Amino acid sequence: MRVADREFIIQVEGLRKSFDTRCVLDGIDLGVPRGSLFTVLGPSGAGKSVFLKCLANILHPDAGRISFDGRLLTAADSALRTEFRKRCSFLFQSNALFDSLTALENVALPLEQTTNLGLREIRERSMEALRQLEMDDFHERYPGQLSGGMQKRLALARAIVTQPELVLFDEPTAGLDPIRRNAVFTMIAKYQRQFHFTALVVTHDVPEALVASDRVALLNQGKICFEGTPAEFSASVQPVVCGFRDSAEALSNSIDAIRQTNFTM
Amino acid sequence: MLHLIGTQSLQIISGFGDFAVFTGRSLSSVAHSRRLGHRVIRAVYEQGTVCLPVILIVGIFTGLVLGLQGYHVLSRFGSQGLLGALVSLSLVREMAPVLAALMLVGQAGSALAAELGMQRSTEQIVALETMGVSSHGYLVSPRLIASLLTFPAQTALFVVVGLWGGALSGSLLLGVDSGVYWSSVEHAVEFRDLRECFMKALIFGLLSMSICAWQGFHADRSRTATGARGVSAATTRAVVYSSIIVLIADYIITSFFV
Repeated sequence: MRVADREFIIQVEGLRKSFDTRCVLDGIDLGVPRGSLFTVLGPSGAGKSVFLKCLANILHPDAGRISFDGRLLTAADSALRTEFRKRCSFLFQSNALFDSLTALENVALPLEQTTNLGLREIRERSMEALRQLEMDDFHERYPGQLSGGMQKRLALARAIVTQPELVLFDEPTAGLDPIRRNAVFTMIAKYQRQFHFTALVVTHDVPEALVASDRVALLNQGKICFEGTPAEFSASVQPVVCGFRDSAEALSNSIDAIRQTNFTM
Repeated sequence: MLHLIGTQSLQIISGFGDFAVFTGRSLSSVAHSRRLGHRVIRAVYEQGTVCLPVILIVGIFTGLVLGLQGYHVLSRFGSQGLLGALVSLSLVREMAPVLAALMLVGQAGSALAAELGMQRSTEQIVALETMGVSSHGYLVSPRLIASLLTFPAQTALFVVVGLWGGALSGSLLLGVDSGVYWSSVEHAVEFRDLRECFMKALIFGLLSMSICAWQGFHADRSRTATGARGVSAATTRAVVYSSIIVLIADYIITSFFV
């Protein structure tokens, strides 16, 4: 068996996943370089979230191999899976915050349940995570009392409190307006550099991803059609890349035009 | 037709198996769950305090009705002095464990199924698993342990309140001597009756809360009802299945004791 490249924190080979007769992932090969902000782009329904959930072991792939830090994860024992969970965090599209817990309790939850730290240290570390994301003033509020952007920051605070090496972001900008989309990507890029974790983001927001990412890949019809730097993506003449880039640009322009029309009415 | 019967039978059998695995996993997670005490206390509060008014109201009226009906039946044979025995044995052996369990299923069980269903549909349960936290140990185990404490306690309360209800209708309204009533209660209830009562409460509590948790936990399994409808359907199933199982278990346990 080939040992996976240690340059990549996570590496995928021949990943396949189907639901009934519908093939969603059709042999994905991808490596995410350590310490990078890597974005997987793709139209809605391309299988981006399924891909991310396969990596996080929420869904079980039908075939293929996933290696984490050079060790094969798919056929791994429970000890390696536990280690993977400790070193990896997942930020859900819906944030998945516990609505019956306060912001501080939400952030403290992974530390309380997976470490042997004392209550005082857990509180200090959780407050520190909230402070770094400028959320410490809201530590007694419940998620329902926070705005969408603050909920996103709270979810990120919970994801980074365990100091993971890899954070998976599932459509972090879904349903947000262009200004907020930009703010969320800026936030991810800022904290990715500040905390030195590897960020793997799946999204269909092309302009924001191209500005913030170190590398991008395009997932279309269950396959990776492109992988490279944002500059290479912008310059690519591959029909699939051009088609996706142009349609995303056209959509963005139409939305801006509609907004401007509404504002001037 | 034969295909339909076969499919349904297989579904029922696999459902039982799935429920057994779910309950077993939830109980075994107790050993690995961290800071369980705090969550058990919270679950005892949720199951106990919230259901207290209902238990008191249903208990007192059950006692009142038993006193009233029992008095008129016993008076035909001139045995009004046995009213305490009739009320206490009816309550201790059957009515208190069954009615208290049904009330708890209606309030605490439905709330548990709905809460877990919502947590499933908003990905909170998956989030726990991605953090490396046992969702069974964190969400279900404390509720099952709490049910082992609250169901017997609420049943005992039901018995006490019901006996006072019987005393109220029998002694105050219908003129049975209070001393005769309480003496009859004391002589009628034996240790084995109390043992049967609390054993039923324990079993009903564990079974019904497991069923409610199981239904809520897997609220996303239905292909026809998803999201809010899925949660609503899971909650309805939780209450219906739990109520039926309580009555079936009651018959089985009683048949061992009679």
